[in-house]
Amino acid sequence: MTLLAVHDLVVARGGLRTVEGVSFSLAPGQALILRGPNGIGKTTLLRTIAGLQPPVGGGIEMAEDAVAYAAHADGLKGALSVAENLAFWAQVFGGGGIEAALSAMALEPLADRPAAALSAGQKRRLGLARLLVARRPLWVLDEPTVSLDAASVLRFADMMRGHLSEGGAALIATHIDLGLDARILDLTPFRAQGITPSRPAGFNEAFA
Amino acid sequence: MSIWEYANPVKFMRTSGAILPWIGAGAAVCTVTGLAWGFLTPDDYRQGSTVKIVFLHVPAAMMAINIWVMMLAASLIWLIRRHHVSALAAKAAAPIGAVMTLIGLITGAVWGQPMWGTWWEWDPRLTSFLILLLFYIGYIALWSAVEDPDSAADLTAVLCLVGSVFALLSRYAVLFWNQGLHQGASLSVQSGERMSAVYRYPLYLTMLGFGLLFLALMLVRTRTEIRRRRLAALQARELRA
Amino acid sequence: MIALLRRDLRLAVRAGGGFGLGVAFFLILCSLVPFGVGPDSGALQPIAPGILWLGALLACLLSLDRIFALDHEDGSLDLLATSPLPLEGAVAIKALAHWITTGLPLIVAAPLFGILLHLPAGAIPSLLVSLLVGTPALSMLGAFGAAVTVGLRRGGLLLSLLVLPLYIPTLIFGTEMIRRGQQGGDAATPLLFLAGITAGVLAVIPFAAAAALRVNLR
Repeated sequence: MTLLAVHDLVVARGGLRTVEGVSFSLAPGQALILRGPNGIGKTTLLRTIAGLQPPVGGGIEMAEDAVAYAAHADGLKGALSVAENLAFWAQVFGGGGIEAALSAMALEPLADRPAAALSAGQKRRLGLARLLVARRPLWVLDEPTVSLDAASVLRFADMMRGHLSEGGAALIATHIDLGLDARILDLTPFRAQGITPSRPAGFNEAFA
Repeated sequence: MSIWEYANPVKFMRTSGAILPWIGAGAAVCTVTGLAWGFLTPDDYRQGSTVKIVFLHVPAAMMAINIWVMMLAASLIWLIRRHHVSALAAKAAAPIGAVMTLIGLITGAVWGQPMWGTWWEWDPRLTSFLILLLFYIGYIALWSAVEDPDSAADLTAVLCLVGSVFALLSRYAVLFWNQGLHQGASLSVQSGERMSAVYRYPLYLTMLGFGLLFLALMLVRTRTEIRRRRLAALQARELRA
Repeated sequence: MIALLRRDLRLAVRAGGGFGLGVAFFLILCSLVPFGVGPDSGALQPIAPGILWLGALLACLLSLDRIFALDHEDGSLDLLATSPLPLEGAVAIKALAHWITTGLPLIVAAPLFGILLHLPAGAIPSLLVSLLVGTPALSMLGAFGAAVTVGLRRGGLLLSLLVLPLYIPTLIFGTEMIRRGQQGGDAATPLLFLAGITAGVLAVIPFAAAAALRVNLR
């Protein structure tokens, strides 16, 4: 059984291909870490898998409503308290209580503070705690450890291990070693090689 | 052989390049002859020589509406079949349509001054053309505001769809609001003779001329847009290499 | 969906000015008009329906760009798009929240402003009904405009350029209804048109707005 299967995926940003021919699959309990230089298209690939933009070519197979996506912006409202922010996403995603998520990222002491008063690292922790209330099997994470301190990174790694041991899977773009038992996929060989006439990607390339 | 083959930009460029001079020449001949012929027609017994502005006013007003309909069709083709040439043709047509609307409004004002004694009257027909102009402006502004060309095509196509419904709705809403001075349609199949043949034939000629003129301008502008896209693609490729 | 509505309303209350700002703008507009046209009730009375509707239109326009822009900036919109909530539903809820925070206070305050502009008491009911039936369409069309312009720089100006022409039919039938109420004419016809437009807009526009949002998210 696989949670996510990607075949020969081609993604594009601004009408130009970034990576092409990417194939991998994720089974429950597995994590895959994406590597590659800046601008190669890690974020674009993750957004495509999260369903925020259509792929140019290839296929993505997964169950509907399987993805919990977390990127640079945490989707927090400064006027709401930490607990209210989390409770809102729990309700939207049909998840349950927020206590477990608060304690996983050590946010209980901050629960009643308005999110606007949090530091960047604390906001990030709240953004990651949201993954737990979403109760989705596949986490798609874009640089999840940005602005976290060392202790929080360890806590996040623990949370990730818990998620994987419960049958979840994760696709992570990160340059930090989380100490997970994860495969690593370097995107550099998949960088789009200009234009192949047999497979015109978009209009811009149809003239070749 | 299907019409969709012209959705291939290379094929479109080749074909449009070949027919463009003929269409351009046809537009010039019809428009110039029609306008000259119209100018030589006798004065109307009631309207005097002001009647001659009809040869500019009616074709421009007709094209203003037809071009919007063409943009609507092109937008639907883009949304359904994702042919880029179609989206670019809609983009190319919009400024022409806006100018046609403006010509219709200005010639109407010039004619209205001696006939109705006022440059502008909030008459349903005039008002709906003003509203049409607003829709054209919004459409053009949206095209120029969105950077990613495919997103711009999608957003403007959706706007064109919604705008069409509301332009039509406004057309009938203003009827409700003010009954107006403007005479009925100048040419109409059902109502028989409204306009004598002296004026009718040159009018047909200028209408044909304006149609061809639009076609020629639209092809030129679409070709420019396609070349612009090709240039962007080449630059991006160079940057990546 | 209820959660989204509750959150948006709570944000409007906490951020301050959510409820009051539109009404304050409306008040200023209605008090400036007499300075422009003179205090004479003979001059004010015939234009009162138009001023009241234009005021509602502009007050509504003021807060439109915030419908999606804030959620776009902080990433909430991405998360909503990946949530089980259909985006069409999210659009409808956000338009509803906008209507509750701007449309509803305007309706409540409108009779007061009608008095300021010498609108006869007999026309007040038609004023209220026309606003009640018409303003939901304003919020929904505004949500469409906000969805189209959400990621753009200087989107605010473009937003008004796109949305205001869409308001024309609502404006025409809304003012016509008050005018007929004022003169004791048959107000049912414009009311039915107004209700028809609002119903059509509420049924169709969420899909167009959600389509535009999806384009802007990618």
